[in-house]
Amino acid sequence: MHAYESEFREPLINGLDKNYTKITDDLVAPTERNSTMWWIATLLTGAGAAFFVFCLGWTVWFGIGTWGLNKTVGWAWDITNFVWWIGIGHAGTLISAILLLFRQRYRTGINRAAEAMTIFAVICAGMFPIFHMGRVWDAGFIFPLPNTRGPLWVNFNSPLLWDVFAISTYFSVSLLFWYSGLMPDFGTIRDRAKGKWRKYIYNILSFGWQGSAKQWQRFESLSLVLAGLSTPLVLSVHTIVSFDFATSVIPGWHTTIFPPYFVAGAIFSGFAMVETLMLFSRKLFSLEDYITINHIESMNKIIVLTGSIVGIAYLTELFIAWYSGALYEQFAFYNRIFGKYLWAYAMMMSCNVLSPQLYWFKSMRRNLWVTFILSIFVNIGMWFERFVIIVTSLADDYLPSSWAYFSPTWVDIGIYTGSISVFLFLFLLFSRFFPTIAIAEVKAIFRISSEAAKAQRAKEANATHGGYVGAYKVGPLDKDSRG
Amino acid sequence: MSAASTTSNKFVVGLWDHEEVYLHAIEHIRHKGIEIYDSLTPFPVHGLEDALGYKESRLHTAGFFFGATGMTLALTFMTWVMTTNYPINFGGKPYWPVPSFIPITFELTVLFSAWGMTLTYLVRNKLWPGRVPRIYDKRTTDDRFALVFDAEKLSDADISSIKEVCKKEGAVEVKDKVFAENEGL
Repeated sequence: MHAYESEFREPLINGLDKNYTKITDDLVAPTERNSTMWWIATLLTGAGAAFFVFCLGWTVWFGIGTWGLNKTVGWAWDITNFVWWIGIGHAGTLISAILLLFRQRYRTGINRAAEAMTIFAVICAGMFPIFHMGRVWDAGFIFPLPNTRGPLWVNFNSPLLWDVFAISTYFSVSLLFWYSGLMPDFGTIRDRAKGKWRKYIYNILSFGWQGSAKQWQRFESLSLVLAGLSTPLVLSVHTIVSFDFATSVIPGWHTTIFPPYFVAGAIFSGFAMVETLMLFSRKLFSLEDYITINHIESMNKIIVLTGSIVGIAYLTELFIAWYSGALYEQFAFYNRIFGKYLWAYAMMMSCNVLSPQLYWFKSMRRNLWVTFILSIFVNIGMWFERFVIIVTSLADDYLPSSWAYFSPTWVDIGIYTGSISVFLFLFLLFSRFFPTIAIAEVKAIFRISSEAAKAQRAKEANATHGGYVGAYKVGPLDKDSRG
Repeated sequence: MSAASTTSNKFVVGLWDHEEVYLHAIEHIRHKGIEIYDSLTPFPVHGLEDALGYKESRLHTAGFFFGATGMTLALTFMTWVMTTNYPINFGGKPYWPVPSFIPITFELTVLFSAWGMTLTYLVRNKLWPGRVPRIYDKRTTDDRFALVFDAEKLSDADISSIKEVCKKEGAVEVKDKVFAENEGL
């Protein structure tokens, strides 16, 4: 009846005492207890989020002139931050959709938090282009709305408009995917709620979930088709973001390699951010049995793969610039490496291409400290990648007399760091009130991939055949699998 | 099968704690000709809809038609804007640039399909914020697999034979459940 899984495979749910009751208890527990650490973190990030709002207010009141932009560098931190956040937002849908289609069971431990992260990251991303418009109260006209000027419609030839459609679709479909998965788990919290109000609120959140066979059947049909739709969607989003640059005539931007290179980079940075957050939450909420070293190793494998793809893309760009014989293109890349932004290029190369190579070693992939530090490195490196692409190409344009250097103002810095606070603030709220791990999905893999089930099978086989299943006795074979 | 389609208020609820035992029980109970009113589980149990004899969900077919609607809408709207309503000459490029329409057409196809399917899902599953469902047993969202039998029209002898069958098929608990009139429908 169950899908077959080799007994040699490392379990995805650790702990021999696990059963369905224990899984519910463990996974609902973070929403049922108060934590001082949580309050401190939430208040701190809340203050950062308030500063974000203040800086945006400042921008709207005094205008975009408060940013460090100049007549040569018209796009800088704003679009860098936008692309960076959108990239981070890619891991959630990748984990929930693509890994679902590929039937990777390790997704169940991390998909919920990664999807939440996607939604919060896209919210942060959207702020930058919206506030860069200046007259933010007219932002609605990025959509083709009827108006009194003709009507004069938006330009359907423009990649910037495609971006509007791609990102708003991505945001809303991710939200549906995330929330439809949350309903059954809210039902679980409701049914064990003690207080009347708690029960009432979680019932509203669960939409009155019951868990009947027909509901589950439709649930599975919905999540499978949403996964099928989200897979090309997630690939299209960063492809279209890369079109913002690739369809322009700026040297260093006008390259056909951008779509796959951007998508790989997005997955790369997204997984790094998932790791940064997961390493904290598994500790803070004692979820080590559900987000195991095995999960972290799997993510690190994706990081070394996508990091290497990004590295090859950087080298391919350089080769093509040389091989094309296009002078302006060659200058743009020479200038990127040896020009005034040399330090940024070095940061990008070392963080994105060199540092993940450590993950070719199993001991590094399974080391929590290495993983944490590298995930921060990758986040920094991917921010610099966008900065390098955007600013170096613009700063030294076709006319040497207008060459310029970009320096951020306090408003630029405030909005960027503030957006990180907003992101963490939303994530903290999520992890306190919502189930951070998909309870029902973890239960669905319990009989196949948990340590308890594997040990049980080994015991049964031992009784009937007088031997072991493989070399598996009552614990995992792999001596380092307990983390 | 659906919980809200009748006005029964009296039920027999059998609870299992292992999904494999539960699936075998369903097969045997249905084989005996006993009608199962509803089945509740904490997670989607593989093979449950086959055991219950449910037909495949048609939700994905609905998704296809919603997607086709979105695609048609995107293509016709962009064509109308660019060729009829307000044609603009962008540097001598064609008025009807079909390749440029691909990204937005794709996005709207996905958008319509996803929203249409999710809304259909909510309507068909009778889920909305504030709905108060009938909870046959609180542990069906935790660690119990439940079978619900409609006891409204059954004789006491039938009820006790259902209970007996459930126990024989490995139910860890069998109980009566009576709802107040129209409670949680």
